[in-house]
Amino acid sequence: MPRKILFITTDQQRYDTLGCNGGQVARTPVADRLAAEGIRYERAVPQSVVCMPSRSTIITGQHPSTHGVWMNGVPLAVDAPSVAQVLHDAGVKTALIGKPHFEPFLDPFAAFAENRFADGEPVNGHRGFDHFEAATHGVAGNLAYARWMQKNHPEAMGGFYPVLDGALEVNAMGGGETGMPQLWTNPIPKEWYHTDWCADRTISWLDTLGNDDDFFCWLSFPDPHHPQDVPASELGRINWRDVELPAGYIADQARREAVLDAKPAHWRAWYDGRLVSNYEAPANWVPATLTEDQIREFTAYNAIACELIDEAIGRVIAHLEARGIADDVDIFFSTDHGDLGGDFGLAFKGPYHVDGLMRLPLIWRPAKHRAITPATVSAPVGLVDLAPTFCQVAGLDAPSWMEGSSLPVSDDDAAARGFERVLTEWDSNLFGVEVHLRTITRDNWVCTTYLRGTTSDGTDGELYNLAEDPLQQVNLWNDPSAAAMRSDLIDDLWAHQPVQQLPLATLVAPV
Amino acid sequence: MTLGSIRHEIVINRPAADVWKLAGDPARLHEWFPGITGLTLDGNRRTITVAGGLTMPEDIVINDPSARRFEYSITLPIFTFHRGMIDVIELDPDRCLVVYSTEADPRTMALVISGGCYRALQELKRQMEAPIEETVA
Repeated sequence: MPRKILFITTDQQRYDTLGCNGGQVARTPVADRLAAEGIRYERAVPQSVVCMPSRSTIITGQHPSTHGVWMNGVPLAVDAPSVAQVLHDAGVKTALIGKPHFEPFLDPFAAFAENRFADGEPVNGHRGFDHFEAATHGVAGNLAYARWMQKNHPEAMGGFYPVLDGALEVNAMGGGETGMPQLWTNPIPKEWYHTDWCADRTISWLDTLGNDDDFFCWLSFPDPHHPQDVPASELGRINWRDVELPAGYIADQARREAVLDAKPAHWRAWYDGRLVSNYEAPANWVPATLTEDQIREFTAYNAIACELIDEAIGRVIAHLEARGIADDVDIFFSTDHGDLGGDFGLAFKGPYHVDGLMRLPLIWRPAKHRAITPATVSAPVGLVDLAPTFCQVAGLDAPSWMEGSSLPVSDDDAAARGFERVLTEWDSNLFGVEVHLRTITRDNWVCTTYLRGTTSDGTDGELYNLAEDPLQQVNLWNDPSAAAMRSDLIDDLWAHQPVQQLPLATLVAPV
Repeated sequence: MTLGSIRHEIVINRPAADVWKLAGDPARLHEWFPGITGLTLDGNRRTITVAGGLTMPEDIVINDPSARRFEYSITLPIFTFHRGMIDVIELDPDRCLVVYSTEADPRTMALVISGGCYRALQELKRQMEAPIEETVA
């Protein structure tokens, strides 16, 4: 049996950006076709809503409490378990092309291998990968895409948005027509943008393989994560003025703020600009200033980024088809976490365990020889389930250190194999501000319990009935009629929560 | 915003005087701080080059062998303020506590720099606790 895996991830992509998931803005025919031919998951949940912990979950098959990457800026141990290593050891050729981010990016001392490969250090099977070509959002850092741009198109490097400001905070500078932070007009030709570069480099690596070679290729697009600085030539695809506001945006200010006030205190504190709890959004931006037009323009740019990714994936698949091996490939598509995208009048990300960040696109288009019937799975699954799935596809038993299970291929399969709950964690401690959340998604409910932190005494939380309140606007945490459900969910959460490895690993960079 | 302030510390199983001999010598920082690829010293001005290619000029503010405190300031324009402090504190005749503190404005730079300081403390401990043969080699 062929063991060929094309694992495609994006960064910070919302569930509702795909047409097959009901998205109305971006056109994503390639992802839609994969979903139609395969399995589309309606409740795929990350184990962390920020990049490094979530990506570490993907590669280890473990929850953050176990792999130890509790926040961006905490490196995944070099000897941490890796599904790529498992596959490599079984004779599968392995590559990661695009954004890795298992190790900090702001690295002036070049302490981390990811930041040294582009300057000639041998990859030497780092984390199980034979081949490693890294990119991130723009041309900063010592990564392969940045080096490629420096060598080939230095004149275009200045067109990218400066992700960080002069103080190395996430930049609040606005652009476009609305002054939306992290939005920019980038004159770079589409062919030089990192989305196309990632696809080009993937095709190039695939061409080093024979048709009989087994492979695990992780194609990891940096977009649609902010900054929204897609090539200017593509902006005509979507007129932002025509974009509908997201369903999760509450237009009435008084009602919006009442909804925020019914959530734990750090929601409203961030909205008002009184508290910045983490490094994941512009530090000098006040969400309460977000306008409807800014949300529309952000959504349009973001959708264009998603369209470019979809087209780039289409090129890779077309290449596999031209070689006659596309049907032999198990293709996975997902992302590491979502984006608030205007929901509740907020954008970017942070310690907010709601659908904008927690409900992810996930598609598995199985290889034809598996004869798996196309399906939609509504049972909750996690990114923690990806690594065991890759093992299964490769005909391997999942190692005991993996904490998930291979993805179900139908709801019946999910029920038979006990896919009941998914857990998500947040721990941050930045310049004296601490937030700690533990969340369970189960039975169409989402329950988040807060541990003691800067704005929480450890008694508050969030409880949402997804069936009756799909936008999570009614916090039932203190509703007596939901007390039994709340208690049951919290008991279940703690019964299944992995024991956190202590002491926590040291935070050594902001991101 | 307030300054960024980050402190890392480590216990080293060597006498404080031995540790200070290395950690307190401004000309030997590159011997125990991973990622420093070059160092020049001119009076109280020290310039280091890091592996990422950046050159950082520094002013030495305190070098007090009695208190075993070394303090310096990076004077790159990106810093409105920086202060790095190394304290070697005797715990008993055979052990000491080394504290490496970083304060900076902009505050994010404290986190960027202190990540290197954390690794430096680990390397300092490794070197100081290594068998004599390895230390000599």
